Amino acid sequence: MRVGLFVPCYIDQLYPRVGFATLRVLEGCGLDVEFPSAQTCCGQPVANAGFPREARPVAERFLEVFEPYDAIVAPSGSCVATVRHHYRDWLGPSEALTRTATRTYELCEFLTDVVDILDTSGLTGCFPHRVGLHHACHGLRELRMATGSERVVPTEQHHDKARRLLDSIEGLELCDLTRPDECCGFGGSFAIKEEAVSVRMGLDRIEDHEHAGAEIITSLDASCLMHLNGLLRRRKNGPRVMHIAEILASVQETA
Amino acid sequence: MTHARHAAEFVAHTERARWHDDALWYVREKRDTAARRIPEWEPLREAAAAIKRHTVAHLADHLERFEQNAQRLGAHVHWARDAEEHNEIVLELLRERDVRRVVKSKSMLTEECQLNPHLERHGIEVTDTDLGERIVQFRSEPPSHIIFPAIHLKRGEIGQLFHEKLGTEPGLEDPTRLTQAARAHLRNKFLEADAGLTGANFAIAETGGLVIVTNEGNADLGTSIPPLHIASLGIEKIIPRSADLGVFLRLLARSATGQAMSVYTSHFHGPRPDGELHIVLVDNGRTQLRADETLRDALSCIRCGACLNTCPVFRRSGGYSYQTPVPGPIGSVLSPSRDPEAHASLPHACSLCGSCSDVCPVKIPLHHQLLAWRGRLTEIAPRSRLERLAYAGFARSLLNVRRFRALAGLGRWFLRRLPRGILYHRANAWGRQRELPEIPKQSFRDAYAAGEHRERR
Ligand code: SF4
Repeated sequence: MRVGLFVPCYIDQLYPRVGFATLRVLEGCGLDVEFPSAQTCCGQPVANAGFPREARPVAERFLEVFEPYDAIVAPSGSCVATVRHHYRDWLGPSEALTRTATRTYELCEFLTDVVDILDTSGLTGCFPHRVGLHHACHGLRELRMATGSERVVPTEQHHDKARRLLDSIEGLELCDLTRPDECCGFGGSFAIKEEAVSVRMGLDRIEDHEHAGAEIITSLDASCLMHLNGLLRRRKNGPRVMHIAEILASVQETA
Repeated sequence: MTHARHAAEFVAHTERARWHDDALWYVREKRDTAARRIPEWEPLREAAAAIKRHTVAHLADHLERFEQNAQRLGAHVHWARDAEEHNEIVLELLRERDVRRVVKSKSMLTEECQLNPHLERHGIEVTDTDLGERIVQFRSEPPSHIIFPAIHLKRGEIGQLFHEKLGTEPGLEDPTRLTQAARAHLRNKFLEADAGLTGANFAIAETGGLVIVTNEGNADLGTSIPPLHIASLGIEKIIPRSADLGVFLRLLARSATGQAMSVYTSHFHGPRPDGELHIVLVDNGRTQLRADETLRDALSCIRCGACLNTCPVFRRSGGYSYQTPVPGPIGSVLSPSRDPEAHASLPHACSLCGSCSDVCPVKIPLHHQLLAWRGRLTEIAPRSRLERLAYAGFARSLLNVRRFRALAGLGRWFLRRLPRGILYHRANAWGRQRELPEIPKQSFRDAYAAGEHRERR
């Protein structure tokens, strides 16, 4: 299987370590991974700010760049949701779109649904920390990475892909939050346009994780963490943040 | 003024904002518990969405059938193209019968049409009989929530208000005693009224009957004492058959308040033996919405308020920040179609978390509709030129990897070197309460190209 690594624009520019962690985790599973250097961005920041017309050629370009791969994997639920669910609105249906959209995966989704990391190599290392899992909204409600708290699904059908991975890690203790899947308030342009509410939402999330005793807040999306960490660093205390790829990579290293 | 400005004011009162958030989150949790008692909840939502979609697709047929059946039962049916026509029809009916005082139970439609001020201008006294609505009416405020009109007020404030308006003892905060005082006051209003105005939750095409749900029984009292009943409803309130009612009633109260059923579910089939029933069916932009493929589903709304309660933005910014009769996610979808420029900020008052779409009992894809609005408003409402240029430039840089790399590299270079005073200038909304991320020297792509990855291996 030829895997194309999709490193979202802001991860490329601001969080290279998240890109490398993703790469190491995938290679740790014995996969052949390439970073197509022509990639830039999925177009989401442009479209969500209200400029879907401007985002269209960016999406077309994405489809071209990733056309050759059997699977496209990104450490971001939000960008994957854009490709999978929103490109259709911008570009209209096409075979090329279906092909790429159905092969684009968020990292944890790929690790549980496609390579089944828990069954194969497994996450055998340890990570002795108390971790709070922040469910990034697009992973949760667009990709259905977990059963959202709004939904009424029989308990035996509940699932949570990221939690399943974290739960399998020795020493890692997951914290129980009072609002398990409330939005952190990042929301792209929302963080700027609605600064006051965005900040309040972020502080409320942090408080929930702190009360639950989290040393580390993790998430599928580095954007949520950028927002939360911005608040935490201004305050100069509280939990650390780590992208889930960084936790998985460090677990593999200790194995 | 934009939603963001109003919201910033609301959230600045940290304690009140927190308490508003907690109060509505509590309702959301009650809704979760109630919904989970129904194993077939998700199929029920599917069924409700399908019935509404069918009804809206064949709206004219169902409306005509409703009219015929309602007339057969002895009701009078009126059609109003817009708010103005609606208000005129109601005023005319009241004037012809020399009505001076009316009691009105909760109706978001009459809020939308601004009926109260219209009637008051013509010398008619309107008393809102829903307790929450009466409270905000005393304060000359609109409701701040479609289910809990006075949710923004604290008990102490209501005690003070009742002391001023109803003469309760100063400092009285006990909800039971405050409610008793309101009951006594409203009882007189009911007895004095010459007409009762109501909305309706459902209008059944098959029977010509109306269904109204309340928790206080105020719609029943308001239509049983005075001889004239005028029910105002949007044309989307139609459902085809009585059998469909069960689907909606099972969803409505659970979604709204977490109750299995509202306390009163009242059926009105024609007028009382000695009374008159007038039904005013209002379009006011609904036909236009129906023609819009992306937004049409918003006509399925049963005004349960669940999307308001779950919305993390609504809970922290309060109903008034929306400046619309219906606030929250559904309000932000509906209002721009009335006046795009006035409400251009609403689709951006959303972090796109999607919780509203999952909680909505009739499965309106609210957050996708809000996203669609953003794109449309860019086309029709003026947007700051700078913003447009910035995003167009950004999008262009994404089309050429060399340009993207150069521009982003330049950006990082500056961010690493600019003094804090400039970087955290007030114009940087990100930096007012948050730190910017620590900017790395090298991007992923550069480090990857330089072989960092291979070295580590
Ligand atoms: S949009 Fe859905 S959740 Fe919101 S009030 Fe209407 S029916 Fe309820």
